Amino acid sequence: MKTLQYPFTESSIRTLRIGEEISLTGRIYTGRDRLHRYLAEEGASPVDLKDGAIYHCGPVVLRQDGKWAVLAAGPTTSMRQEPYMARIIEKFRVRVVIGKGGMGEATRKACRKCGCVYLQAVGGAAAVLATAVEQVNGVHMLREFGPAEALWDLNVKGFRAIVAMDTSGRSLFKRVETASEKKLRQLLA
Amino acid sequence: MRSTRWAKNLLELIRRTSTDLPADVEAAIRRALQREKRGSRAAWILNTILENAALARKRNVPLCQDTGTLVFHFGVPVGFDTNALMAFTRDAVAQATRKGYLRQNTVDSITGASFETNIAPSSPVVCFQQVARKTVDARLVMKGGGSENMGRQYSLPDAELGAGRDLEGVRRCVLDAVWRAQGGGCAPGVVGVCIGGDRTTSHYCAKEQFLRKLNDRSEVKVLSRLEQRILKESRTLGVGPMGLGGRTTLLGVKIGTVSRLPASFFVSVSYMCWAFRRRGVLLSPEGGIQRWLY
Repeated sequence: MKTLQYPFTESSIRTLRIGEEISLTGRIYTGRDRLHRYLAEEGASPVDLKDGAIYHCGPVVLRQDGKWAVLAAGPTTSMRQEPYMARIIEKFRVRVVIGKGGMGEATRKACRKCGCVYLQAVGGAAAVLATAVEQVNGVHMLREFGPAEALWDLNVKGFRAIVAMDTSGRSLFKRVETASEKKLRQLLA
Repeated sequence: MRSTRWAKNLLELIRRTSTDLPADVEAAIRRALQREKRGSRAAWILNTILENAALARKRNVPLCQDTGTLVFHFGVPVGFDTNALMAFTRDAVAQATRKGYLRQNTVDSITGASFETNIAPSSPVVCFQQVARKTVDARLVMKGGGSENMGRQYSLPDAELGAGRDLEGVRRCVLDAVWRAQGGGCAPGVVGVCIGGDRTTSHYCAKEQFLRKLNDRSEVKVLSRLEQRILKESRTLGVGPMGLGGRTTLLGVKIGTVSRLPASFFVSVSYMCWAFRRRGVLLSPEGGIQRWLY
């Protein structure tokens, strides 16, 4: 398993290949539908996303003894961010996007052009992924977007994922989809 | 009705559903792991899934952060006060949200504003049915949005799929839906299928299939055979856990029927993720637990 450490350098990201298992450590920011639209269309990010990671996730978070506790933090479907992702990668120089289910052509091209990877975390594995969260550094846009859509600033250790789109333009999802379509045609022949 | 007992036990139903993967689902995932190659991506994902199930149970936290649409199915004795049961259920949902068993997961459809405790018009979804028994049968299914978005409804005949108004047509629809879902509904999942109905009852019946245990068989022989056949064929698709390739694409196929109009032939397919949260309990009319159903 390869390890990745924040801040993520372009050269280290460009060595990654689809199918590789990754253990990620350092800062990541969560964001989903409302945040992506805001970042793509309206402008300034409340945090510095350069060489950083955006995690498509709306965690279950509780306020306990004056501190935030992340109870469950698995990935949400990434494809909903497809209209905004490429622009966000280019504009903010994001190096790592984490989510589930894969993304489309625009994101694949932006990954190649800008030196960014898309990682697939195990969907539904919210308890395992929450234990990788070491600390909640803060939260932004909580009032505007609500807890599931807010930008949570997290420190993680040993966060597991698989490279599903790399900087050479390859997509693991595309491969599986194409191969399975052939099998489907055979079954329906 | 004793409100504190009802509140406590309905909360327990929600807690178990959210944090404790049912035994039949976990067993199916273990069997799937046996089929995958050692050291493969698919095996790595299935191992993470099993680890997650154990951890959520031990730490008493949600299996998945998307705690889903909450659908309660109640079977109640004749003369039972369903208004009171509705109020207890809503209280239990609010309490479960405050305790972190449920995410604040309900938003206004126009403004996007989040409801604080998941109590809103149509949330939770509560279905009552009168039964000829003295106990209250309470079941809860929690289904996340990622899997819900993978659902489809076909109207046969469908020329593009070559699907006519027969079981072969149904098979073609289900395989198409499973292929289109890829890993998007958090594969390996379970498909609930309904043949017939109108558009509403068809989807409802497809989702009712999720109340069945994974190891049961349809009492209708032709449907039982079709369920087994599609499950077997899904393995050859190679979609695999999370859509990253592998031998396990589904954990189960469940097919039901409702009657239809001569003019309509709907096939509805509902996709349930591997984090198949379904629990049930038999309660006395006073709200005491008699027996867990799953």
